[in-house]
Amino acid sequence: MKRLTLARACAALAAAGSIASLPAAAQTSTADAIAEYRTMLADGNPADLWVAKGEELWKKVRGPKNASMARCDLGRGPGVVKGAFVELPRYFSDTARVQDLESRLLTCMETLQGFNAAEVAKTPFGRGEKANIESLVAYVASESRDMAFNLPQSHPDERTMYETGKRIFFYRGGPYDFSCASCHASDGKRIRLQDLPNLTTQKGAGAGFGSWPAYRVSNGQLWTMQHRLNDCYRQQRFPFPEYASEVTVALGVYLGVTARGAESIAPAIKR
Amino acid sequence: MTLKHHLSIAAVATAAAAVVSGCAAPRAPAPDYDKMADAMMKTSFRAQGQAKMDRVQQDPLQDACSSATAPPESVTKKLEATQLATIKPPASGQYIGDWKSGEKLAENGRGMTWSDKPEADSGGNCYNCHELAKSQISYGTIGPSLYRYGKLRGVQNPADPGSAAMVQYTWGKLYNAKAYSACSEMPRFGHFKVLNEKQLQDLMAYLLDPKSPVNQ
Repeated sequence: MKRLTLARACAALAAAGSIASLPAAAQTSTADAIAEYRTMLADGNPADLWVAKGEELWKKVRGPKNASMARCDLGRGPGVVKGAFVELPRYFSDTARVQDLESRLLTCMETLQGFNAAEVAKTPFGRGEKANIESLVAYVASESRDMAFNLPQSHPDERTMYETGKRIFFYRGGPYDFSCASCHASDGKRIRLQDLPNLTTQKGAGAGFGSWPAYRVSNGQLWTMQHRLNDCYRQQRFPFPEYASEVTVALGVYLGVTARGAESIAPAIKR
Repeated sequence: MTLKHHLSIAAVATAAAAVVSGCAAPRAPAPDYDKMADAMMKTSFRAQGQAKMDRVQQDPLQDACSSATAPPESVTKKLEATQLATIKPPASGQYIGDWKSGEKLAENGRGMTWSDKPEADSGGNCYNCHELAKSQISYGTIGPSLYRYGKLRGVQNPADPGSAAMVQYTWGKLYNAKAYSACSEMPRFGHFKVLNEKQLQDLMAYLLDPKSPVNQ
């Protein structure tokens, strides 16, 4: 588990230009300083580089079929990117299943461009076509910035994914007995100095689900929601969740529906 | 995830919808979301490193503690009794080890993930969730503060017979926290062999030794 060390907390404090006397009041002031540090960074969020690359990838003719993604249907009709992010995951009739953004991008890359979706799904994060998906995710998310989450729940499969996602959120397992809820079902909790959003509330789900994809300062990577969930399960000591698997999409529906009305700040910036 | 499984879920949902839309039919039973979620848990993961698929097979306690609401007291009492029966005292008879080694363990949040070396010892993960010594300000708040754990409980000498009950309770809590609170968030460090006897003894010393920084 990645720990926020004292050294890193101090670095954050120093960067924010407000070194508090330690340890007096260190807990709240550190959290405040980190928040301030994030605000400063957000001004020049490196995620913008992924957004620019993603926009280029969206329009570029690529793959075995020499096609662009410009006719990809993200739920609002072929080629419509604006507003799509805040309505995903949702049901798609052509694949007859509920898909999140990453699952849907895989579908378009396969059907439009001729890539092998299963192979792309197996590629490690940050490599090859998986890295290209990460850029596409940043671009698509940026086109819904400041829009309110409004996932559809009219199709029975969408409601099924909400109900199963909620149960999966509370599913305990592994040698530590952890579930998502172990860390994310109460207000005001922390691991070390890291604040934990309560993902069972609209506010918490908005802050948690609503800020991925995000640029992570600690490792200089852009993480998508799939990557975030993957690392949560690693820390839960679970086996490896398959990319765009039903569990990950169901969690996306549960969190996205819970966040309804919250404004998307993705792609955000994280420590 | 397999296409077959996608289809099976879609088929179940479609069948349920068909029943609902058949007005003349008797009221359809609500879809069994518990069963569907369990099925997804079995098909959405793959083994990686030391994290094998047996980790998504729940034991009865994990199953009972997997919802937004706690199970009724009649259930938790039974679960706690079962867990209490799993607790084994140290084979050596020695409960207290070295607090300095215990401190290192309390700081260490590694262990048992698919990216950890299987042969490496796990850490105790204590500071992830608990305040312990005042000198460490980077602590989590999922669990209660354990600052002055031994001192507040009147343990002046863990070897003293008068301290035996508190010493044994603390051992039990580290060994299997669920024996005292069925759906506690705390892992069962001894029961699931996350920590070995020596490591548990060292953590006991970190909590109970009057010389430990926890008790200053």
